[in-house]
Amino acid sequence: MSTSLKVMKYAFFDLMRSRWVLIYTLFFLAATGGLLYFGDDAAQAVLSTLNLVLLIIPLVALMLGMNHYYYTRDFVQLILTQPVSRPSVFLGQYAGVALPLATAFVVGTGVPFVVYSLTHRIDAGLVLSLLGAGALVSLVFTALAFWLGLANEERARALGLALGVWLALTVVYDGLVLYFIVLAQAYPIEGAVMAASVLNPIDLSRILVLMRLDAAALMGYTGALFSTFLGSTTGALVALAALVVWVAAPVGFGLLAFRRKNF
Amino acid sequence: MVVVDALSKRFGKLEVLKGVSAAFAPGKVTAVIGPNASGKTTLMKCILGLVVPDTGTVTIDGEPARDNPASRKAVGYMPQEPRFPDNLKVSELFEFVQDLRGERPAGLDELIDYFELRPHLNKPLRVLSGGTKQKTSAVLTFLFHPKVLILDEPSAGLDPVASSRLKDRILRERDLGATVILTSHVMSELEELTDEVLFLLEGTVRYAGTLDAIRAGTGERRLERAIAKLMTGEVRLDDGFRLLMSEPRGEVA
Repeated sequence: MSTSLKVMKYAFFDLMRSRWVLIYTLFFLAATGGLLYFGDDAAQAVLSTLNLVLLIIPLVALMLGMNHYYYTRDFVQLILTQPVSRPSVFLGQYAGVALPLATAFVVGTGVPFVVYSLTHRIDAGLVLSLLGAGALVSLVFTALAFWLGLANEERARALGLALGVWLALTVVYDGLVLYFIVLAQAYPIEGAVMAASVLNPIDLSRILVLMRLDAAALMGYTGALFSTFLGSTTGALVALAALVVWVAAPVGFGLLAFRRKNF
Repeated sequence: MVVVDALSKRFGKLEVLKGVSAAFAPGKVTAVIGPNASGKTTLMKCILGLVVPDTGTVTIDGEPARDNPASRKAVGYMPQEPRFPDNLKVSELFEFVQDLRGERPAGLDELIDYFELRPHLNKPLRVLSGGTKQKTSAVLTFLFHPKVLILDEPSAGLDPVASSRLKDRILRERDLGATVILTSHVMSELEELTDEVLFLLEGTVRYAGTLDAIRAGTGERRLERAIAKLMTGEVRLDDGFRLLMSEPRGEVA
């Protein structure tokens, strides 16, 4: 465990030196601050920030995670010649990238809401669900980045795959679900569509936040189904649990790959 | 003492090690020699646990090395081309590795001076020359009082002063009882350091013995030519050869 912490500390400081995390935090500060200041409506600001969460976080987490993975590959080799266990090195490295990214989002988005709440009433639960969803999405996509990196010796290939995953989950997925619904509208497809949303962490985070808003019109078909069939609370819990699985699974697969990897 | 038993490793279609068994004795420098791509580095990385063998076992001082980080506590490794994080300074790297292991061994300052690294301590690793990186790597290798030294082309890129000092240090550790495993294509280095030779060809051990025995067996006094003869297969080495080697003079053709 202490090995993990030391590797994490190193990865963290290394990430800080590249300034990307700072820029990333400032970006969320500016975006959320601007939305709150000009829109003057907390719920609206949450919705707009949610769209950033769904697009920007996965992309940045994939790119920074992968960049860190390849950049430190040789150094990891040196670390592994020391008497340290592979799983603790992997977990430390992952945490050292994923946690700062999640924190950057939570701080960058949370601070403007806290400041806004000093003078206005806001729905704290809604903001917390947004922060939680964004943090979880950061963890999911950093884990995917590490896993893709481990599975591919070649950096360019892994980058291409990462972009493919991002496009598939953000754009293509919605289109496919819609297409499926149109094709199969004559049949009872609620179960299938709900299952489909569990397969997409981005959709899950959307459901998690919109469930709090009770804005069925904004949830899309999958979200509306969650709300109708499971109710807001159960729906949110199911979405949350599925997101946690989405963090654990790629971390677990990455761990297995890392244990067997030849350096 | 390092013992490898029936190590096999395959990278895709390429079978790099085909059942390599060998024992590396303490207090001896054993050179692993063989043509490029004969599996030398893979063998070393298997011993270090960097490469996970498909079958076979590695034992370091009686402890199985597989999934056993503690077995690497007394192993020092000098890679062929050390690569360090660009942003760290030399002193920060030493700090990090000591922190990681939770050990602050005496002798860091002495090693820094020995390899003349003091003027470079505050430079980022990315600006260091290949030779200086190699010296940094040497300090890390010897810092934790290793009982097993694994040196992959250790003096590549070192100037004559540093290279001699490295060799002196290796011999000192050997005399103190360390197990030293070395690869090198530099014949003078082999000649100066080596006690035993493990000759690898296409992933199998073709010969284990002494340099003198190779000279005698190939009929070449110059080591480079003798080894070249082995590599090209001009001199066939079979199991019988090994027996002949132990005799004072062997006629083998």
